[in-house]
Amino acid sequence: MIKLKQVTKTYETNDSLVKAVQKVDLSIAAGEIFGIIGYSGAGKSTLIRLLNGLETPTHGTITVAERNMNEISGRELRKARQEIGMIFQHFNLLWSRTVQENISFPLEIAGLSKKERLNIVNELIKLVGLEGREKSYPSQLSGGQKQRVGIARALANKPKVLLCDEATSALDPQTTDSILDLLVDINQKLGLTIVLITHEMHVIRKICHRVAVMEDGKIVEQGKVFDVFQNPQQSMTKKFVNQVIEAESSSEMIGNLLNQYPKGKIIRLTFIGDTAEMPLITNVIRKFDVSFNILQGKVSQTHGGAVGTMFVHVDGETEQVEQSIKYIRQQKVKVEVLTDARITS
Amino acid sequence: MQELLPNVKWNKVWEATVETIYMTSISVVATFVLGIILGLLLFLTSKGNIYENKIIHAIVAATVNIFRSIPFIILIILLIPFTKVIVGSMIGENAALPALIIGAAPFYARMVEIALREIDKGVIEAAKAMGAKTSTIIWKVLLPESMPALVSGITVTAIALVGYTAMAGFVGAGGLGNLAFLEGYQRFQYDYTFITTIFILIIVFLIQFAGDYVTSKIDKR
Ligand SMILES: Nc1ncnc2c1ncn2[C@@H]1O[C@H](COP(=O)(O)OP(=O)(O)OP(=O)(O)O)[C@@H](O)[C@H]1O
Ligand SMILES: [Mg+2]
Repeated sequence: MIKLKQVTKTYETNDSLVKAVQKVDLSIAAGEIFGIIGYSGAGKSTLIRLLNGLETPTHGTITVAERNMNEISGRELRKARQEIGMIFQHFNLLWSRTVQENISFPLEIAGLSKKERLNIVNELIKLVGLEGREKSYPSQLSGGQKQRVGIARALANKPKVLLCDEATSALDPQTTDSILDLLVDINQKLGLTIVLITHEMHVIRKICHRVAVMEDGKIVEQGKVFDVFQNPQQSMTKKFVNQVIEAESSSEMIGNLLNQYPKGKIIRLTFIGDTAEMPLITNVIRKFDVSFNILQGKVSQTHGGAVGTMFVHVDGETEQVEQSIKYIRQQKVKVEVLTDARITS
Repeated sequence: MQELLPNVKWNKVWEATVETIYMTSISVVATFVLGIILGLLLFLTSKGNIYENKIIHAIVAATVNIFRSIPFIILIILLIPFTKVIVGSMIGENAALPALIIGAAPFYARMVEIALREIDKGVIEAAKAMGAKTSTIIWKVLLPESMPALVSGITVTAIALVGYTAMAGFVGAGGLGNLAFLEGYQRFQYDYTFITTIFILIIVFLIQFAGDYVTSKIDKR
């Protein structure tokens, strides 16, 4: 659906050249939810704006839905853009128009009659769950509702691709979740390809199939979300993965735990994949004569399995404790025993 | 009433009021259109915009600035040859129109430009991302989104124009200013000066009221 070959975008400012995107190769399949993550200034927005021709590449070719975005212009480019929906961090709604009129706007651009427009708008309002708010103005809506209008508007011309530039970054966690659910919903219902950029790993974790990590205009790592979580290669990727699966594990915190529990052992379990859902703890307590005390932990679902870490205090006869740890290792759970402020496995 | 205002002939006052309203209305409408065209030109040709063009921008900006800086009373005199060609006479309410419009449109054009610059860039970008043509962006994004500012701007301009019509009255155009000059100033009939002031104030208040009302009605922010 989307193919980028050696795409580079350089901005010329008064005194310097900014290489916002450098030699990016990317291939996104139809129906995929593809995430691009990176810190501020990594070039994510530039990359996504290249996809609908809001920016033109300095080098390279960009194909979206069989169209060569870097070659077309004028009427053809406008036509292509109608087939690529886009939603924004700050929603970018027309405040002078009602919800209904905002969603209708892309249909006016496409030249549909009033009656056709109304039918589609009503359908979309249902799809995004804004029934009853048709006549409201954006200023009368919450952030989450505004983004729903943004999504409905982006879907109006039945696009093949939906681009999301930090679509949830201005929303609170709960609203973020509801918007992400909506995106998954339309991805499944409409078979839409979604490209999503964000600086929050939990957004990637929650809905993306594949992810690319961007740093200084380059894609440093990409792959299936679950694989990247399981085995991050680059330090940048590790940082992002830790945002989600790491329970707080500063040496100070570990030191505190060790002081608090001088007896027994404190272990850190790292779950990857199906094991996280296994009733591991119950099994351990049944099989061995140990007490098993969860101190803190964080387990998250990704598309393809769960990942997470957990700190546990295991106490009992030394022999039993050793046995239980051995058992857990056999369950393909990574176990690290904490001795001092460091970790040994 | 007759004792308080011994010299005032009401039909004269009324006639002058109608003339003032006539001059103001025509020039406000023309200023609105011309100012929006110039303002759009200034905005669209400015740096980073749809029709970025340094040369056109510089020419329009310079023209606007020059006409905005000429004191109105001098502008009328400067424009006498031009007015004679266009209107055919230097006397009467039509004679004031070219100067009124040329004096006010650049003033309003700057307000239009500022109003357009206040529009969120993201909204323009969203329209582009939807595949909108430039004309669609102008008619369906730029103008509607800046309308409250455009209306409050034209309100201010209209009030300034009432003042300009009075000045124009001093050099031969009709209206309340002309009446105040001929009857009040030259013939020392102070009651005429007083009553024309009152009528001008009423017109100004009505314009302000209407402008505020419309602005508040269309502002959905
Ligand atoms: N129009 C422009 N002119 C010059 N430089 C630009 C322009 N747009 C972006 N840049 C530069 O390109 C780089 C990448 O910017 P971009 O907006 O793509 O980053 P981003 O990853 O989206 O960051 P954020 O998370 O803050 O939105 C930055 O260094 C930025 O300063
Ligand atoms: Mg960005």
